[in-house]
Amino acid sequence: MSTVLIIFYFLSAITLSTAFLTIYSRNPIHSAIYLVVCFFTIAGHYLLFNAQFLAVVHVIVYAGAIMVLFLFTIMLMNLNNEDEVHKPRITRFGAITVFVLLSSALVLIFMYTKPFVGEYPTTGEDFHSIKKLGTVLLDDKDGFMVPFEFASVLLLVAMIGAVLLSKKEKTGK
Amino acid sequence: MENILNQIGIENYIFLSVLLFCIGIFGVLYRRNAIIVFMSIEIMLNAVNLLFVAFATYWQDPKGEVFVFFSMAVAAAEVAVGLALLVSVFRNIGSVDISNLKNLKG
Repeated sequence: MSTVLIIFYFLSAITLSTAFLTIYSRNPIHSAIYLVVCFFTIAGHYLLFNAQFLAVVHVIVYAGAIMVLFLFTIMLMNLNNEDEVHKPRITRFGAITVFVLLSSALVLIFMYTKPFVGEYPTTGEDFHSIKKLGTVLLDDKDGFMVPFEFASVLLLVAMIGAVLLSKKEKTGK
Repeated sequence: MENILNQIGIENYIFLSVLLFCIGIFGVLYRRNAIIVFMSIEIMLNAVNLLFVAFATYWQDPKGEVFVFFSMAVAAAEVAVGLALLVSVFRNIGSVDISNLKNLKG
């Protein structure tokens, strides 16, 4: 068993357990902290693929921006006490049934498909590098230039929408 | 560059992503707190992103990785609008419990 495989199993165990604890813990602040750990281990998976730029972007966007947004919202609503009402039994039972059936079905499907044998192909160049990614992203011939611009429009619209939605209405009591 | 999948195998990443995605679905179905439901959606998006990068490495093609950037941009926009909606729901109702959102039930 190689070192890389051991690192992979270690990271996967942390990823799955913290993802489960995110859902299981009753305090939303604890959920957010567990989710940060989960995102960091996923960044570790990206580092295993040698995709350094993607790992750094993932840490900045998810662990930096999104989690800060979550934490501020939780604190704004003062939700740090566990005040969740008792769930009906049918909801719990249905959720657990769906989880067990879906996960076992998907795992069995992928277990019994044709297994990969032999060596994986290598091109010999570092295609995770920033140079390669930038060429693919911003090339105007067969790149992703137009979706890139539309992503900026999407972020602008999302920003305006968030400000409009969370603005206090002046015509209240 | 050596392909890391020679040592780990694509199947392990498929199983990891499947389990992570199922945990996300379980969270959406199980929890009533809307913020935790959002976190579960983030977990599902991350499972899909991980599989994208795994198959980008499998085919040695950077386009799969570039798609992950767009997925991240959409996730960021979704979280911003969703949390703004939650704040306004909290102002009107006083909780973010999704079983209290019954105004359309009639």
